[in-house]
This record gives sequence, C-alpha cells and structure tokens, in this order.
Amino acid sequence: MTASGAAGLRSGRIVVVGASLAGLRAAEALRDEAFAGELTLIGEEPHEPYDRPPLSKAVLSGRLSCDHIVLPRVRNIDAHWLLGTPATGLDVPARRVELADGRSVAYDRLLIATGTRARPWPVRAGGGLDGVHVLRTREDAERLRGALVAGPSRVLVIGAGFTGGEVASVCRELGLAVTVTQRSGAPLTSALGGVIGRAAADWYREAGVDLRTDTTVQALEGDPSGRLRRAVLSDGTVVDAEVAVVATGALANTEWLAGSGLAADQRGVVSDGGCRAVTTDGRRAEDVFVAGDVARWPHPHYFGRLLRLDHWDNAVAQARTAAHNLVHGPGDQRVHRPLPAFWSHQFGRYLKSIGVPALADQVVVTQGALDQRRFVAAYGLKGRLVGAVAVDSPRVLDGYAALIEARAPFPPMLGATDGPAHLDPVDAELPGRAAGSASDHDPGTPSALASAASAHR
Amino acid sequence: MTTQSPPQPLRLVVDLNLCQSYGQCVYAAPTVFRFHGEESLEYDYAPDAGLRREVERAAAACPVQAITLSGATEPAPTVGGADR
Repeated sequence: MTASGAAGLRSGRIVVVGASLAGLRAAEALRDEAFAGELTLIGEEPHEPYDRPPLSKAVLSGRLSCDHIVLPRVRNIDAHWLLGTPATGLDVPARRVELADGRSVAYDRLLIATGTRARPWPVRAGGGLDGVHVLRTREDAERLRGALVAGPSRVLVIGAGFTGGEVASVCRELGLAVTVTQRSGAPLTSALGGVIGRAAADWYREAGVDLRTDTTVQALEGDPSGRLRRAVLSDGTVVDAEVAVVATGALANTEWLAGSGLAADQRGVVSDGGCRAVTTDGRRAEDVFVAGDVARWPHPHYFGRLLRLDHWDNAVAQARTAAHNLVHGPGDQRVHRPLPAFWSHQFGRYLKSIGVPALADQVVVTQGALDQRRFVAAYGLKGRLVGAVAVDSPRVLDGYAALIEARAPFPPMLGATDGPAHLDPVDAELPGRAAGSASDHDPGTPSALASAASAHR
Repeated sequence: MTTQSPPQPLRLVVDLNLCQSYGQCVYAAPTVFRFHGEESLEYDYAPDAGLRREVERAAAACPVQAITLSGATEPAPTVGGADR
C-alpha cells in the first residue's frame, strides 16, 4: 500500500446498508478511524437506531416504552441517513445499491449490516390470522404488547428458545395463561443442550407455564372473521388461544443480495475473518464488507467453522473490526475473533453465556447445582473448554472466558468453593450433534438471543 | 436574555455483557437504573435531561465501565429529514 493509497482509503464514498446497532456503531467507528469521505446509512425501519433486547422484556412488560430504547449516538458522524428506505438490490461490479423507492446509491466501499428478521409462520398453516405475532421490531413489540394488554384467555408461544422464554416469562408476569410448544425435549436445547434445558423446563413450570416439549404446532386455526382461535398440536391435542407468538428463530435479511454474486442466503452473508464478503465462487468480493447478525464468518477460535451470531456484543465488535479494515490497507487488517457472549432474562433469572456452548459434546456443572437458583455450567468439546453458562452468577464468567481463550482442558480444574467435590461431565445433548440428525438446527448457528435479544443481544 | 442552543437529549446504553450487576448505577440514579429479578439490570435509555448529573455519576461509578452516554451533537436522524 502506497502512502497515497492509504490516504485514499480515508476518502471516497462508504455506504452502510443497515441502520441498527451494527450499522450505527460501524459508522461511528469509521469516523474514529479518520474516514473523512462521504458516509451514507441506509435503513429499512423508519426509526433512528434503537436497541432490540428490551423489546422482549421491559417493553413487552410495559415497564419501558419504545421512545425510551433509542440507542445513544456516541459521536457525530456527518452522514446521509436514508431511513425507512429498504435496499432492494446490489450491483457489485457497478458499485451501486438499489433502493425500494427506485433510487440507487453509488459507493466506493460497502458495509452490509442488514441483520435478521423473525422466521414467519407459514400462511398455509394459519400465519395470516389476526392474533399471530412475531417479535423483532418496535412495531412488533407494540402490537404484541397491545394484544397482551387486551387480556387474552391464553397465549401460545411457539418455540422455547431465548425469545420464546422471555415472552412466556413476561406473559406470566402479566398474569396471562401461557402454553409453550417446543420441538425438542426441553427449552434452549439448540443453544445450551438438553441438560441445561431440563433445568430451564423447571423454571417454566414453576412459573406456571404449560410447557409442551417434543411437540410442534401443526396448524393455527381461526374463526370466520380471520381471528386466531386455536392451535392443533402434533400430539393431536388442541390449545385454545387468541394470541400466538412465533419464536422459531431468525432468517438473515439477504434477499436484496440475490444475483449480486455474494455467498448469501437465509443463513447469512459469508465473509472471511476480516469481515470481507465472499462470492459464490469463493473469492473475496471487491470492497464489500459484512458485520452484525447477518454475517457468517469462520471464527478462528472455533476451528474456522462458519458462525452467525445474533448477539449484541458481536454486532458492536464486528462493526469496529469491519470499520477498521474498511479504511486500512492490506498490511493493517484485523481478524474478528472475540469470544461470543450473550445474556437473557427470563423467569426472574439472569442467564449469561460465554464462548459457544452449542458446539460442545459434554457439559458439567462447576458451581452450584442445576436445581439451585444459581449455577454455572462449563461446556467441552473433545476435552477442551469451549463455553460456559452462568445463571444468576454474573461475576464469574471472566475467569471462564480466559480459560476458553487459552483452550484450557475440559473438565476445567477450578477448585471453586461452591463447586461439587468431583466433576462428572455428561453428554451435553445438543441436537445438532446427533449422528444423522435431520434437525433443521444448524450447529454452526447458535440461535442465542435469537433476534430481540437480542438481538442484538 | 442570552440565547442558548437547546440542551442535548440524554441517551445511554449499558453493555449487559460487561455488566456484572454490582448495582452502583442503581444507587447513583435510582429513577434510571433498577434491577428486575435479583441480578438483571433494566434501565431507561432516554431519561429526562434533568437527570444528566445523576446519570454521569452512575457511569463514573460503574466498576466495569459498562455505561456509555451519547456524545453526538448532531440532530437525531429522521425519515425524510435533512440528512446532515
């Protein structure tokens, strides 16, 4: 890189598609990195950037209104903002983003941060009925909040992942009857496995949730006016409910990239370790970068497996890495390799995770016990520590993070005073690991804090 | 009477991965931060501007420095609004 080339990287036109947490923080980081050129942020939603994790918690419960979850802008960015303006196409050779309103925006370098959306319920199975909800945006949360305040006789939550658990938890706080269906044998199994999942099942049941494991919804049925009335479950039983919340995971917002030549599908946009987009034939796309929930990249700490993380801190960290690499030459590129981390709040418990429990083959409780309010579980893969989960123990995970970074042996030798006398690891019971499993769960895509958490959690 | 530019709105965010529930912010600004459940922090991202001193104290008191306040002086972006 010549001096003039390096200077050139600090000028020109950078377009960021996606104006939520990752897009905003990337734009700010670009200015921190002394990018002095033209900066444009394109966002589908008609709002300034807001934080999604409270949607399934404080907003749904009524403790916080959507006017009070706006993200702080940490510095001036002198940007063109195109909000309420979905991108509909990308022409990589011509370096242009097409917009829904017919305009197009030219760029020299592009950052893709379009995130994910909630997987919708199929219309043929009742997805179009009045009373069927998803939870990803402010509008989703306000609509669902309105439906809960109306006092339905029962709420059906489809899926006992993080979003489903948080929604069910809020419903119980509001005194509403709740049924939760879960395809696998326990809540949270795709992210944390069956052992911790069974502990979570006890949280559901203690809170008074009607939890139906190993059960799917076959169809949602309505009355003649198109209002949801009941759900027919896979075991033949019928649940009467006026509100259903579909919490079955997230889909990457990549339709606008169809035909662009980028390796993009519902699982995300593939990038290299430096946040550079990869093409369908495996080359690096020229001057196109990816960050946030939509990115699917080979995490060097996890054997180069493609990970896509719906995690708040990943959106922030990946935005910074991408911004750095956008304005620096080949000699000063960073690799995105932070340990994944997320949190959830459900049934009065505060759950925090570090590393990637979803990759584990074994789990062991290292502090407390599964039937106690507080416990910590460590996850191992082939004799190495790969993740840890702490329930109502928010101050312990830094130590586990250091051990995971150091690829410490599993089970870990901690000598915790509140730990069991003898560590006895068991099968972590992660569905993606079952041989020949036809599960739709992708073990490389921990669904942690799917969405609202999430989002970006 | 001197004309002053309107005060910047107060905005904040807490990195809840960093947060270890020490609760110093809850003491410093109890109308902004609180615990829901035993360990789970909840907070108002957009408190009244009159609470700025309390919120700044809370941010300074956080043992893990998880609280970020807005620093931008630009107007908030709007749909179809002036974009600079």
